[in-house]
Amino acid sequence: MILATAHDPGPRGRFGPYGGQYVAETLMPALAELEAAWRAARVDAGFGAEVERLLTEYVGRPSRLYRAARFGAEVGATVLLKREDLNHTGAHKINNCIGQALLARRMGKRRLIAETGAGQHGVATATVAALFGMPCDVYMGAEDVARQSLNVFRMKLLGARVIAVASGTRTLKDAMNEALRDWVTNVGDTFYVIGSVAGPHPYPWMVRELQAVIGVEARAQCLVTLGRLPDACVACVGGGSNAAGLFAGFLDDAGVALWGVEAAGEGVATGRHAATLGAGRVGVLHGSKSYVLTHADDARVGQIAEAHSISAGLDYPGVGPEHAHWRDTGRARYVARTDAEALAALQLLARTEGILCALETAHAVAAVAEVARHHGPDAAIVVNLSGRGDKDMITVAGKLGVSL
Amino acid sequence: MTAARLRARLAAVAAERRAALIVYLTAGDPTPAATADLIAAAARGGADVVELGVPFSDPSADGRAIQAAMERALAAGGGLAAALEGVRAARAAGVDVPIVLFGYYNPIFVYGVERFAAAAASAGVDAALTVDLPSEELAELAEPLAAHGVGVIPLLAPTSTPARFAAVQALAPAFVYYISLTGVTGAAFDAARVAGDRVAAIRAATGAPVAVGFGIKTPADARAVAAVADGVVVGSAVVERIGAAGADAPAAVEAFVRELRAAL
Repeated sequence: MILATAHDPGPRGRFGPYGGQYVAETLMPALAELEAAWRAARVDAGFGAEVERLLTEYVGRPSRLYRAARFGAEVGATVLLKREDLNHTGAHKINNCIGQALLARRMGKRRLIAETGAGQHGVATATVAALFGMPCDVYMGAEDVARQSLNVFRMKLLGARVIAVASGTRTLKDAMNEALRDWVTNVGDTFYVIGSVAGPHPYPWMVRELQAVIGVEARAQCLVTLGRLPDACVACVGGGSNAAGLFAGFLDDAGVALWGVEAAGEGVATGRHAATLGAGRVGVLHGSKSYVLTHADDARVGQIAEAHSISAGLDYPGVGPEHAHWRDTGRARYVARTDAEALAALQLLARTEGILCALETAHAVAAVAEVARHHGPDAAIVVNLSGRGDKDMITVAGKLGVSL
Repeated sequence: MTAARLRARLAAVAAERRAALIVYLTAGDPTPAATADLIAAAARGGADVVELGVPFSDPSADGRAIQAAMERALAAGGGLAAALEGVRAARAAGVDVPIVLFGYYNPIFVYGVERFAAAAASAGVDAALTVDLPSEELAELAEPLAAHGVGVIPLLAPTSTPARFAAVQALAPAFVYYISLTGVTGAAFDAARVAGDRVAAIRAATGAPVAVGFGIKTPADARAVAAVADGVVVGSAVVERIGAAGADAPAAVEAFVRELRAAL
């Protein structure tokens, strides 16, 4: 299913003043080629049918919308979990990778590359590369390689090469820099599978559209389950792809509040956080204009600040340009939750529902009580359960003082 | 007309019937205090233009050598403000070589484009080259700079289509920077792959001199490129010498630039 929402960006990918194509000249023709291929594919019935077939037969869609009664009682609202954690590979990332890999094949590109933080997008890209028989190189910050060793091993089993990036802060942003260097070097035969609604146009738009299946399904499921639309949707935001996918289904429903939850790390006031929309400023990073965590004092002006989060997938100093636009227009509101709050939410959901969510997702779970207070006890709240927590068990055990 | 000193220098070099030597340095490497001396050393060695890199935390178009130089510079307190101060100090010491500020857009954007334009002009910067502002996005910087007499240097690449040459012509730049290969700075260089007919086509389509850079490391490389181009840019090979020389960097730069210049 390819969704053509009524929310296409303006020329050169503008969402209000955000977005654009701030990349090296060498990549501009490649972006033009990609945009043309994407525009043709998304209205091509054959392409849409192939995406839908793979999402159904391979990924296991539609994902369930599950009423979490015991968790809902804890937070004081009707809570519906959109179970993206039950997708093949355990997160929403695969929705996007299926679409981009099919597009790569349609464009005649031979090789896939990707960046990854927590490793979920890397695993999803390695998975579709195996499915389509394409070589795949995944760039991952050396810091993340260490804290997500299980996903590194999964990618290698799937036949991908994992390249540890030791430059800069050795996290997701540096992996993205290295992936851009690879792409600029091998632009003729290589397709760069970007994992979030970030990067230069057309990626933020294309990735949102490929993830919109989450919101479209959730909206239809709400109408069946509740007999009405929900009052609010909640999702975690790093780059923002799972949130953008959920929100996309509800953009035209003015009565549905959209809540994005960023990582407050050790607390926004400490400076050690990843709350880009809450505490960053407008800048240019990785191909688009959006909010970024950047120094503004004269000595370090414009240098990208280090992000901090217990969750590798949210540990990114940028955010998708459409989220910046939704923030400014007020269509979505953004809050932040700390490492400790996410950890507590992960445990609460585990004990009340028997569901172990990813640390990224736990930030969204941690904000549900505030959303419930805001909308009242009769509110129905959809939470994007974007990924499962198996990959995080070693981190969680360490934080809880348990050695495995 | 923007970048008057730069245009005049390139015209004078062309009148000598040789290619211009453009030398890249990273501002703040090894220390911010050394920047003015290194600019002066490059000029003494025979650089016709100095490209002064502004260190950035996320240099996604640069290879290992310039990444390392930027990391050294940032660790030593380098940045956009220190780079402008280095230019100001060089001008105060009487160094007249045209200076192109080279870098990424975020430091300029966060500093404030208008404020940057005024500060660059007052420091003595002749033009700015931003690797992540392709011609489509360049107006937001070019217009404020032009109001202060500072030019922009657009880039073209092996992948650029003729339609993109036209957008560059509209900017009337002092020169066009042609990237010799699809890749990052400092990549492996093959002089045979620099197509003279491509350089000529860009020169004809844009009406501007064409400098070629990325991967040119030795006097022999420089000579090969000079046969087809109006200018030759050497960067990674210079900053590698700065990294190795430490406090002796000005002497090392001057000697290497002299070798390069002798080859043109």
